[in-house]
Amino acid sequence: MAKKNNSLWTILQTLVETPGPSGSEHVIREKIKAEIEGHADEIYTDALGNLIARKGTLKEGGKRIMVSAHIDEIGLMVTHVDDNGFARFMPIGGISPLTCLGGRVLFMNGTRGVIGMERLEKDEHPELAKLFIDTGATSKADSQIGVGDVCGFERPFLDLGKRLVAKSMDDRVAAAIAMEALKEVQPGKNELYFVFSVQEEVGIRGAITAAYGVDPEVGLAVDVTRTGDTPLGVKMEVALGNGPAIKVRDSSFIADPRVVKWMVNEAKAQKLPYQMEVLEAGGTDGAAMQRTRAGVPAGCLSIPCRYIHSPSEMVDRDDVENSVKLLVGLLGKPVSLG
Amino acid sequence: MAKSDVSTKFNPRLGKKELDLLTKLCNAVSVSGDEQEVRAIVLEELRDFADFTTVDAMGNVLVRREGTGANRVRVMIAAHMDEVGFMIIKDEGDGVYEFKVIGGVDPRQLAGKPVTIGRDHIPGVIGAKAIHLTTPEERKQVLKVDQLRIDIGPGGDSKVKIGDRGTFATKLAVLGPSIRSKALDDRLGVFNLIQLVKHTPENVDLLAAFTVQEELGLRGAKIAAFAFDPEIGIAMDSTPANDLPHYDGLANTSHNTKLGDGPAIYIMDRGTIGDQRLIKWLVESAEAEKIPWQFRQPGLGGTDAGEIHKTRAGVPSVSVSVPQRYLHSAAGLIRVDDELNTLKLIHTALKRLDRSILNRQEKK
Repeated sequence: MAKKNNSLWTILQTLVETPGPSGSEHVIREKIKAEIEGHADEIYTDALGNLIARKGTLKEGGKRIMVSAHIDEIGLMVTHVDDNGFARFMPIGGISPLTCLGGRVLFMNGTRGVIGMERLEKDEHPELAKLFIDTGATSKADSQIGVGDVCGFERPFLDLGKRLVAKSMDDRVAAAIAMEALKEVQPGKNELYFVFSVQEEVGIRGAITAAYGVDPEVGLAVDVTRTGDTPLGVKMEVALGNGPAIKVRDSSFIADPRVVKWMVNEAKAQKLPYQMEVLEAGGTDGAAMQRTRAGVPAGCLSIPCRYIHSPSEMVDRDDVENSVKLLVGLLGKPVSLG
Repeated sequence: MAKSDVSTKFNPRLGKKELDLLTKLCNAVSVSGDEQEVRAIVLEELRDFADFTTVDAMGNVLVRREGTGANRVRVMIAAHMDEVGFMIIKDEGDGVYEFKVIGGVDPRQLAGKPVTIGRDHIPGVIGAKAIHLTTPEERKQVLKVDQLRIDIGPGGDSKVKIGDRGTFATKLAVLGPSIRSKALDDRLGVFNLIQLVKHTPENVDLLAAFTVQEELGLRGAKIAAFAFDPEIGIAMDSTPANDLPHYDGLANTSHNTKLGDGPAIYIMDRGTIGDQRLIKWLVESAEAEKIPWQFRQPGLGGTDAGEIHKTRAGVPSVSVSVPQRYLHSAAGLIRVDDELNTLKLIHTALKRLDRSILNRQEKK
């Protein structure tokens, strides 16, 4: 048992330390593919770059289930390099100037840099337009980056014991959970599609095409969710360490009540801690699955996470383990959405 | 069929025949939702060149032109037929009408502009109080659309109805190396797509989508892409060039594109992250043929590619635009060289296109 868990944490560390902003998922995709090879019946990459692994074949009484965890992360894209080598940028996904300041970035081509800021007026709130990336270049000519180059935040994985911190827990922790579930689950009569989706942070785009291609009967996103357990934080029931969160709604979709019930029943059956999630802002791949083709019952298994979209996103070790157990239990039995 | 010569000999130019067509396209009134004038021109131009033509449920013109080679790649190219403009919403008598804008029009661009209304091209003007009667305070305010009226004068009212659309009345003009028009966005794309249907390279099946309602949210492209189910998607559009020197002498870090620097290849906009394999293909094609090109600065805005790439199980897509100053105003300005180089780039790239560019060459 201990060996398996070590492997989960090792995989998680590898995933969160690999850069892969939306549209530049080729490196993270190959790492995941190498790790799951041999555990699936079929692995392929679709037109947009979603990595799709099938395990099991549909049999009478089973269901075709799509699990989607996105492998892209927020990042920055260069829009201009000036004569002195300073690079201006635009956000890829939801980026706050406040979490950029003093940050270090790693470009897909290996170049590193730090984020600096123009002088602000007193009480001025920094905007992204006032920030720039300094790669140490002394001129435009010796800059290793140009317009269109992409970087993610660079920050090492931090093990705080019960709590784990990294730059892209959103959504690499879910990818690690899905990978672990893929390895462990016995699909029985179900046909399982594990989708490691792209471009979620810029509008759930990968899941739209993956869902159309897979054409599932049930859809389950795995993603992080906010918590309400920090000092003077948002009012929200979800807290770190209280178990996997079962999504009821977010601003992108309302989870199918039958899927919610299916998840709750499984958590109860396994005597796993769980919490109900009502998220006021944010969206997940569940929205894309729900509205593909003629419609699909869809839900989302959420991992509680503090400081989302900052370089230091925090999750709870037990929540991660329990999420694997819940997912394996859901996928390995006949599904009844009565 | 009077199909044209093998495409390899195609050398884009803007002679009298081409300029006449572009002029006709640009001067047409074709506001989102009522694109019939441009649609009629497209259908007429391509009657003898298409292998298949249909007008779909929303009004997109879908044209298929098949190459003659083996292993042809099914490429969808979209250019939108609609333009931004106005819609008449209320008749106030005496030839005075209340209106709304259709698509992204800056209200500061409206007052005092001559306009053309409806299918009969009724001339009018967007009126505002004369400077003689305004106070200094009033002159600091931007006039809102609901404070403005379109005035066609009494007597013409019977020809203008609620729901009619209109545009700025500007006629196309050639200004030396430049062209000025109200609707270069996206009649240049329509013009270029017509040329590509007439000169389709033999290695592709060209799926030409002349789309509707792009300015309202890429609506026509969505269903056109579903119908065509292509292997590759390209949007041909026009994008702002904000390349004038800054009044304060500071470096311009957000020009978007520059006039004269060639076709603008998109990396990312609000709706699409361009497929990296297709971006590489376009850049290599331009370099090989020594066609000038530029990256459009990653930013906001969007093209039909935003819907095409999300169609069905996904379509690798990219956008290329002709840089244009003063987009969505009464008079945009482009360089003829940029326009011809854009057409040349797409045609060259298509000629070089092989399905193998879609292979993912990734390291473990």
